[in-house]
Amino acid sequence: MILLKLYWEFFKTGLFAVGGGMATLPFLQAIGESTGWYTYSDLMNMLAVSESTPGPIGINMATYVGYRVANVPGAVIATLGEVTPSIIVILIVAAVLHSFRNNQYVDHAFYGLRPASTGLIGAACVAVILEVLTSVQLVAPEGGILKGVALGPGGLLNLPGLLLAGVLLVLTNWVKPVKGLHPIVFIGLSAVVGVLFGFANP
Amino acid sequence: MKEQNKFQALWVLFWTFAKMGVMTFGGGMAMLPILQREVVDSKGWATEEELTDYYAIGQCTPGIIAVNTATFIGQKYGGISGGIVATLGVVFPSLVIISILAGLISNFADLMWVKNAFAGIQVCVCVLIFNAVVKLLKKSVVDKRTAVIFVVVLAGGVFLKVSPVWFVIGAALTGIILKNLEAKRA
Repeated sequence: MILLKLYWEFFKTGLFAVGGGMATLPFLQAIGESTGWYTYSDLMNMLAVSESTPGPIGINMATYVGYRVANVPGAVIATLGEVTPSIIVILIVAAVLHSFRNNQYVDHAFYGLRPASTGLIGAACVAVILEVLTSVQLVAPEGGILKGVALGPGGLLNLPGLLLAGVLLVLTNWVKPVKGLHPIVFIGLSAVVGVLFGFANP
Repeated sequence: MKEQNKFQALWVLFWTFAKMGVMTFGGGMAMLPILQREVVDSKGWATEEELTDYYAIGQCTPGIIAVNTATFIGQKYGGISGGIVATLGVVFPSLVIISILAGLISNFADLMWVKNAFAGIQVCVCVLIFNAVVKLLKKSVVDKRTAVIFVVVLAGGVFLKVSPVWFVIGAALTGIILKNLEAKRA
């Protein structure tokens, strides 16, 4: 039963996530929120591992989440669920390739879809930043859809975390010799900083 | 004999895409140069122009870009079964590697230094996602209307507990309606 649900959730993700691996993140967050299979924090660890291992990020994340929920069968089912819509859509598109490329409705839909996809990833980014760097929590009341702001335990800001984030932001965007390096370099660096400064209990 | 050839061809397809799955370190975008070398130069399964087309369509159809492109090339070479086999090939290494790693990590997850390492890594993930959003913004927000769509979906995504599916459907319809109005006015 759980495998069936897993397949369905990832089928939806594969069908509606437009724009590659990172675009699946808001969907994975929503799945975690509605099923309780994993927390934000779990999801971020999975994302970090997915970025640091070979393979497309979106597939790595689907596999990891699936494994987390139902071990190896879960990994297989989640991944198959995520690629099924791709296979169906691409086979259809391939059959009508010419008219697809020249279809103005497709073009127009994507005019709206692209910024929306960025907006969804942006919202996932806000949630993740609040989770990691502050004790602010956004929670919806039972059965409600509007989320309110609440404060979790601990200090309002995670100062060592903010400092590291600032350094990483500069390194990845403005420091010429390092900014083009693969994310795994920065992930490794952050792991070392985390261990040296005991980031788990600030 | 013909059956055997078909099987052999599918096996080559699977194996080639499995290799590309391993080499795609970091996502679909990293895949293009590898695809060019393997699919165009070495195997001759598609021309340079076809590959560019497939890749462009792979980016603007739902799902993972690497998977979409694999399905496309696979179906060109081996029909429907080719499309399926190429896709299974490209995801196969992820399944193996991640399953092994996930098992290992869960065994060590309670160690203090592992917890500390992941707490540091989480900060890095925040920055990586932020950078990804900035990069996408430049490509997707091209005028005032797309800026409004971005802000509305961003706010909705942060404050509403609603499936992202609805935002996607709404945005696609909005795009079509806006462009239609524009055409009428012109």
